[in-house]
Amino acid sequence: MIKGLWWKLTGLALVLYSIIAGQLITVPALPVIHETIRNLFYHVCMWFAMFTMFGTSLVYSIRYLSGFKPQHDVMASESVYNGLFFGIMGLTTGMIWAKFTWGDFWTNDPQLNGAAVSMMAYLAYAVLRSSIDEKSMRARISAVYNIFAFMLLVIFLGVLPRLADSSLHPGKGGNSSTMEGLDINMRLVFYPAAIGWLLVAFWILQIRARKRQLIQQV
Amino acid sequence: MLLELRQKYAINGILLYVVSTIFVVQLCYGRVIDENAWIALFWIILLFAAFNAVSKSFVQESAFRRLYYFSLASAVSVVLSKIIYNALLMMILGILSLLVFVLFMGMPSFSMGLFLPAFLLGCIGISASLTMVSAIASRSGNNAALMAILGFPVVVPLLLLLVNTSKISLKTEIITAEIIKSLSALLMIDTVVVVLAVILFPYLWRD
Repeated sequence: MIKGLWWKLTGLALVLYSIIAGQLITVPALPVIHETIRNLFYHVCMWFAMFTMFGTSLVYSIRYLSGFKPQHDVMASESVYNGLFFGIMGLTTGMIWAKFTWGDFWTNDPQLNGAAVSMMAYLAYAVLRSSIDEKSMRARISAVYNIFAFMLLVIFLGVLPRLADSSLHPGKGGNSSTMEGLDINMRLVFYPAAIGWLLVAFWILQIRARKRQLIQQV
Repeated sequence: MLLELRQKYAINGILLYVVSTIFVVQLCYGRVIDENAWIALFWIILLFAAFNAVSKSFVQESAFRRLYYFSLASAVSVVLSKIIYNALLMMILGILSLLVFVLFMGMPSFSMGLFLPAFLLGCIGISASLTMVSAIASRSGNNAALMAILGFPVVVPLLLLLVNTSKISLKTEIITAEIIKSLSALLMIDTVVVVLAVILFPYLWRD
């Protein structure tokens, strides 16, 4: 038996349920968005998962700096890489959605630019890690930078889009908020989807961290 | 500690760089230039000048000098003095390049009550965050490339806010709430960067 099997299976079941139910349920007909509102079940969950992964890595970076235990560094870096994966998936789903809703893959929008630049900040984290050879110094410096990068993420996705006057992105800048437009049917899919993807993200993180530790032991 | 940093770094070189860049801009555009382009060009020039000026602060220092500082002062005082020095340098550089830019390119009708404080806060913020980034970059192998890669995402939020604020200050009548909103956002980023630098720098400093 795999340890902690129940939450992994719950995560998988919730994700499968949300993928299937997300296509089948009836959605409210909103102007402009129409049927593409179904993307909410996939796109928004990707960003939730990314945010949680980067938050996890922030916690582990702080723990590394206060204790200097190598396994905390492994967790911090692996959750950044995992978060990058979900972020890229979020960008991709968002871009496909934008092509059908706004007619273009990319628009000059505060929300989109913030997402792109914060992804760049975390890609820079990967570059920084690979450019330092000595192990403990690499762990320390990348932990310091990681705390910086999380601050940037909060500024970009939390503060700047709210300061900007206008944004095309649903739910931002005086645009019709999707959250208010959600009816009970959509909520029944959206919340399980978010929880399911989070569980799956943590599962992936656990596997990656174990793999890294095995490689280090060899 | 502050006095020690008052070596004549390449201030003259950077100043010459700024002036020649502005001259090139003037050659390309002539004097006719609309206000949005003015703002964009000015901040881009200042950004690159800042990269050149601030990256000198840690990247060009040898390991021996670092050891010397280490034996002399605590990490917090080192990073604070570096930030203060770089902020002063950036302000002087910014004001001089603003003068030269106005000389060559003309001056849009800014309302000074908003533009000047935003300008100064922006200088402090850019120099503080670049100081931190150069401290990180100096500890790794290829620091010139890393400086650009790490510095870009750190500076972009400040730059976006600054360009926005400059655009707001172009309007003939400005609402006070808007002034307070943008200035407090700048101030918030500045304080967050400085506080983080003070907390995190000791971890970078130790060997």
